[in-house]
Amino acid sequence: MDTSIKPTRADLAKLMDHAYRIRRYALLMGEVQGQGYVGQALDIADVLAVAYCHAMTYRPEDPKWDGRDRFLLSNGHYAIALYAALIEGGIISEAELETYGSDDSRLPMSGMASYTPGMEMSGGSLGQGLTIAVGHCLGLKRKESDAFVYTLFSDGELDEGAIWEGLMSAAHWKLDNLIAIVDVNNQQADGPSSQIMAFEPLVDKMEAFGWFTQRVDGNDIEAVANAFDAARNHPEPKPRMIIADTRMGCGVPFLEAREKNHFIRVDEHEWQLALQALEAGRTA
Amino acid sequence: MSTTTQKPKLKTSAMIASIASEGQKTQSAPFGHALVELAAERPEIVGMTADLGKYTDLHIFAKAFPERFYQMGMAEQLLMGAAAGFAHEGAMPFVTTYSVFATRRAYDFMHQAIAEDKLNVKIAGALPGLTTGYGPSHQAAEDLALMRAMPGMTVIDPCDALDIEQMVPAVADHNGPVYMRLLRGHVPLVLDEYNYKFELGKAKLVRDGRDVLVISSGIMTMRALEVAKELARDNVDVAVLHVATIKPLDTSTILREAGRSGRLVVVAENHTSIGGLGEAIGTELLRAGVTPQFRHIALPDAFLDAGALPTLHDRYGISTNVMAETIKSWIS
Repeated sequence: MDTSIKPTRADLAKLMDHAYRIRRYALLMGEVQGQGYVGQALDIADVLAVAYCHAMTYRPEDPKWDGRDRFLLSNGHYAIALYAALIEGGIISEAELETYGSDDSRLPMSGMASYTPGMEMSGGSLGQGLTIAVGHCLGLKRKESDAFVYTLFSDGELDEGAIWEGLMSAAHWKLDNLIAIVDVNNQQADGPSSQIMAFEPLVDKMEAFGWFTQRVDGNDIEAVANAFDAARNHPEPKPRMIIADTRMGCGVPFLEAREKNHFIRVDEHEWQLALQALEAGRTA
Repeated sequence: MSTTTQKPKLKTSAMIASIASEGQKTQSAPFGHALVELAAERPEIVGMTADLGKYTDLHIFAKAFPERFYQMGMAEQLLMGAAAGFAHEGAMPFVTTYSVFATRRAYDFMHQAIAEDKLNVKIAGALPGLTTGYGPSHQAAEDLALMRAMPGMTVIDPCDALDIEQMVPAVADHNGPVYMRLLRGHVPLVLDEYNYKFELGKAKLVRDGRDVLVISSGIMTMRALEVAKELARDNVDVAVLHVATIKPLDTSTILREAGRSGRLVVVAENHTSIGGLGEAIGTELLRAGVTPQFRHIALPDAFLDAGALPTLHDRYGISTNVMAETIKSWIS
């Protein structure tokens, strides 16, 4: 894909379809277990649709192909969203989502590299992904590979010191093959992220750390696609940061409106209602 | 009468203290030189450190292969995470810092990013056990316990320059993560006199003897060999079984030697009495129903003092003299 051209209206319509299906798969997985981080899955679906269906180069039939772009999921609890993206990207089959979170499934509730094709790291111990991504980038440069390394982490992970070690080193090593995405949904385990540990002004901080930084509405798929394109095409030898402001539950209005916390409660009868609401929003 | 009194010269502590005794044969930077030699044949090797290249002998590698040396700054979590990423891309990182910082500060990164994915990262920790008088901030008295507990981690405690030199290619041949204790600078050379060869996963009987079997790792093997010479003067015959690989433990050799009747078994380690070689061997002996008279020389379960290293080794019972006296008291 020629990344110098902005996505067309038709491209965007396709991306919205991808994002819809990622949300749908995530809800179906949530229904299997009666729980799951679906609030986060719904907020990050547009970013993942752009990553897996617009920006990244990979071979679905060969997830370990050395020329692939890497995607490192630092926030392992977002695995439900990443599995949905891996289904949408053709790396795992839709049929497999029925095993989500079950014994011996390849789709455990927290993402681990040894379990799932296309999962590049074992997340969950938050704050590790960016440091691992730095190593991938150094290794790829040593191999003279053109591949990009994407890593997604959450605003809560900004509390972890290792994130800032990663931020400093990526700029120090001029890792222009690194694209980090922070999901700013302003929710972490004990409450709103900005109240747990103030992290703003985030753009100023990232720029001061030497990153090419963009801040976008993470649920505006056109803005996200443009940000990914700009990140890849940026000429300076700097790592690239996309700060994505997202809305938990996005795409399912009654969940988006529900009192926010880290773990959105969904009652048994609500899974089908959520799927219907998602469908209704798509056709509206 | 003279009014000036000469103060005795105080023994002082230093962060980097030599573990070599006076006049002992030493070899300079065995880890750095062995790594350079190996890296010439193995292009996948890279060196990474967290602001301690000079103090872990990795500067020798950095000088030989500047384009393969990665200075990660004083950031041990980054060091381990980045080493994992690098290994995912097919490299074999040799990662150095002090043992305390690797094992205590970056434990979760080794556990999750490196060990869980069975990555080919080789971690060398300098100042292991009680090899600095700088105090608990730098004394890694519990590093072996921590690393033994990590699934899939191979753990090595070398004795001397020869052990280190032979350990480096052996750990590279091993597929998976390794934690090795590192002696740096002028490292004693001892095992060359004992027809010894390092083999990963093997305990080696360095010296045989009728009366006492010392099972030891790391610098305590060097001490045990000195103790054996000293006790020989009193007609006490001491055998020394060197267990350079702490995990996986060479249980069959240990059981065979400990099961030979009539010998006092002494496990000696430069490590807290908790969770190291002594407990590992004690468990295996009990499990196998092998029950010799059993004693343990180890560091106490305490925050150790600062001070001059010889003073501290005496204080905590791991100097040659104190160890010889202790063993004598057990057999008299």
